[in-house]
Amino acid sequence: MDWMMVLKAFILGGIICIIGQILIDKTKLTPARILVTYVTIGAILGGLGWYKYLINWGGCGATVPLTGFGNTLSKGAIEELKNTGLIGAFTGGIKAASGGIAAAIFFRIYRFFGVETKN
Amino acid sequence: MKKIGNQTYVLSKPVNILSTACIVGPKEKDGPLNAYFDQCLEDEFWGENSWEKAESKIIKETVNMAIAKSKIASSAIDFCFAGDLLNQCISSSFGLRESNLPFFGIFGACSTFGEALTLGSITIDGDFATNVVCAASSHFCSAEKQFRFPLELGNQRTPSSQWTVTGSGSAVLSKDGEGPYITALTPGKIVDMGIKDANNMGAAMAGAAQDTLLCHFKDTGRKPSYYDAIFTGDLGHIGKDILIDLMDSKGYNIRANYNDCGVLIFDKDAQDTHAGGSGCGCSASVFCGYISHMFKEGKYKKILLMPTGALMNSTTSQQGESIPGIAHAVSIEAQFPTDLQS
Amino acid sequence: MKQINSKEEYQQYVDQKTPNSPILKNCFNSFWVGGLICAIGQIIFEICKTRGIDETLSYTIVSIILIFISAFLTALNLFNKIGKFAGAGSLIPITGFANSIVSPAMEYKSEGYVMGVGAKMFTVAGPVLVYGISSSIIVGIIYLIFNTQSITLI
Repeated sequence: MDWMMVLKAFILGGIICIIGQILIDKTKLTPARILVTYVTIGAILGGLGWYKYLINWGGCGATVPLTGFGNTLSKGAIEELKNTGLIGAFTGGIKAASGGIAAAIFFRIYRFFGVETKN
Repeated sequence: MKKIGNQTYVLSKPVNILSTACIVGPKEKDGPLNAYFDQCLEDEFWGENSWEKAESKIIKETVNMAIAKSKIASSAIDFCFAGDLLNQCISSSFGLRESNLPFFGIFGACSTFGEALTLGSITIDGDFATNVVCAASSHFCSAEKQFRFPLELGNQRTPSSQWTVTGSGSAVLSKDGEGPYITALTPGKIVDMGIKDANNMGAAMAGAAQDTLLCHFKDTGRKPSYYDAIFTGDLGHIGKDILIDLMDSKGYNIRANYNDCGVLIFDKDAQDTHAGGSGCGCSASVFCGYISHMFKEGKYKKILLMPTGALMNSTTSQQGESIPGIAHAVSIEAQFPTDLQS
Repeated sequence: MKQINSKEEYQQYVDQKTPNSPILKNCFNSFWVGGLICAIGQIIFEICKTRGIDETLSYTIVSIILIFISAFLTALNLFNKIGKFAGAGSLIPITGFANSIVSPAMEYKSEGYVMGVGAKMFTVAGPVLVYGISSSIIVGIIYLIFNTQSITLI
C-alpha cells in the first residue's frame, strides 16, 4: 500500500475542508450554499482540465470532497461529448456521477435497521 | 381600564393569576430551573409518533393541569387564548381541539405568552369574561424542522444562535382570587432594527424590547427599581447585553434587577445552548414555573414580564428581509398598586 | 454607550457585540476530520488498486463506501455530532452530500413516503445536483464550441 498517497490525500482533503470552514465562519453561508459553490467550482476546474493535477497529487484528497463530484460531472460530460456529440453533454455528466447519486438515495438505511429519529 | 401615556393600560380591577402550570422537555430538565417545573418529559416524543403531535400533547396537558390546579370547572372558563410557533398555530388548535373551550389562536412569535396574558386581562377587565386560560408552547425539534435544517444534518450552530425551548406554560386568569395580580399592560409596537441574520434573534428583538420598556417607564412614571425583577422573554445572552446597553443610553440602569428567561432556563456552558433559550415556551414555562413559584414564596412582589418575539418566517429570511421584533410588557404584582390609580 | 440613531449604527454595534465563531479551533477540527475522511478514501482506493480494479471504477467504489458509512452514521444520529465538531470537515467530503440527502428523508418520514421522504430528500442536495449538472452541461457545450486541444481531459 502506498502510504505516501494516503498522507497526501489527508493533507489535500484537509486543506480543501479548511477553505470551506473559513467560508462558513466568515461569510455566514448556509451549508447548502457551500456545497453548491464547491460542486460548481469543481465542475469549472474539471472543464478547464486543471482538477486532474489535484487528483494526480492527492488522489482521494481531491476526489472525495464535493469539488471532485463536480469534476466527475464535467469530465463525464466532455468524454461523452467526444463519443456521441452534442447529446453527450447532457447525458455524460450524470452517467459518470450516477454511482454516487444512486448510492446516496438508496442508502437511507434507517429503513432497514428501523432506527427512529431522536434528538 | 384606562389608558395612561402613549400605550400603557391600567386595569381598573385586579386580574388574578389563579394558577399556573408548565411542562418542559428533557433538555430543560437538565437546566438550572428544573426544580420549578411541574413536569419534565423524558424524551421529545412523549409517546407520540411525530414532534408536532408531541407538542400538541404538551400544550393540551399543560392547559388541563393549569385548570385542574385552579380548582374551577373547565365549563367555567370563558375563553382560551393560546398560540405557538408552527404554521397556522396547529400545536395549540390540535392540542386543544378536545378541550371544549371557546378558543382564540394567537400568534406573536415568541411573545405569544405576553400577548395571551394581555388579551386575557383585557377581556376580564372589560367584563367580557370571568375566567380565561392563556397558554403558549414551542418544541425544539418541530421548530428546527420548520425554521432551519433537519436535526440530523451535520452542521455547526453559530455562537449567536439560540436553542428553542421544548415546553409549554399555561395560566388561568380570573376576576376573583388573592393574587398575584396583573395590574398594567404595555402592548408593544412592531420595531424593525434592520437585522437580517436569523441566527441572531436577540439582536433583532432587543430594539422592540427597549421600545416597550421605555414606553412603560415613561407612561407609568415608574423607575426600573420599582420592580423586584424585570424579565424579557428570549433575548438570550447577546440580546440581554444589548438591551442593558440600549436602556443605559436612554438613562435607565436596569442592570440590578433585569434578567432574561432565555438566559435563565439553560446553563450556557454545560448545555452548549450558545446564546440561550428561545421560543414561545421559553417565557411561558419560566413564568409559569420559576417566576410564579417566587411569587408564592414571597420573594417577588412586583415584576415586569416582557415576552419578546421575532416576527419572521423561513420564507422572509430566505428573501433577505430584515426581522421585525415585538415585546409585550405585563406588570404583575402581589398587591394591587396605588401609584397608577390617581 | 453612545446613542444609536440609524439601522447601520445598530448593525455595527451588534456585529461588535456578537461573538465570532472560534475559527482557529474550527479550522483545525475541519482539517483533521476532513483529511481523515479523504485518507480513509485513499486507503480504500489503494486496496481496490491491489485487486486490479481500474482507476475510475475505484473512485466510484470509494464514493459509494463513504456514502454508505455517512448514511449509516446519520441514521444512528451520530453524524450530526461529528458535523457539529468538524464543521466543513464532514460537510465538504461526499459524506456531507450523503448526510444532506438522508437527514431530511428521516425528518420528514412522518409526512409519508411520497411527499415526505421522497420529496424532501433533496431539500439540501437538490441545489447541489441542479448546479453541478447545469455547470457540467455548460462546460460540455463550451468545450464543443471551442473544441481546442489546449483543454485536456483527465
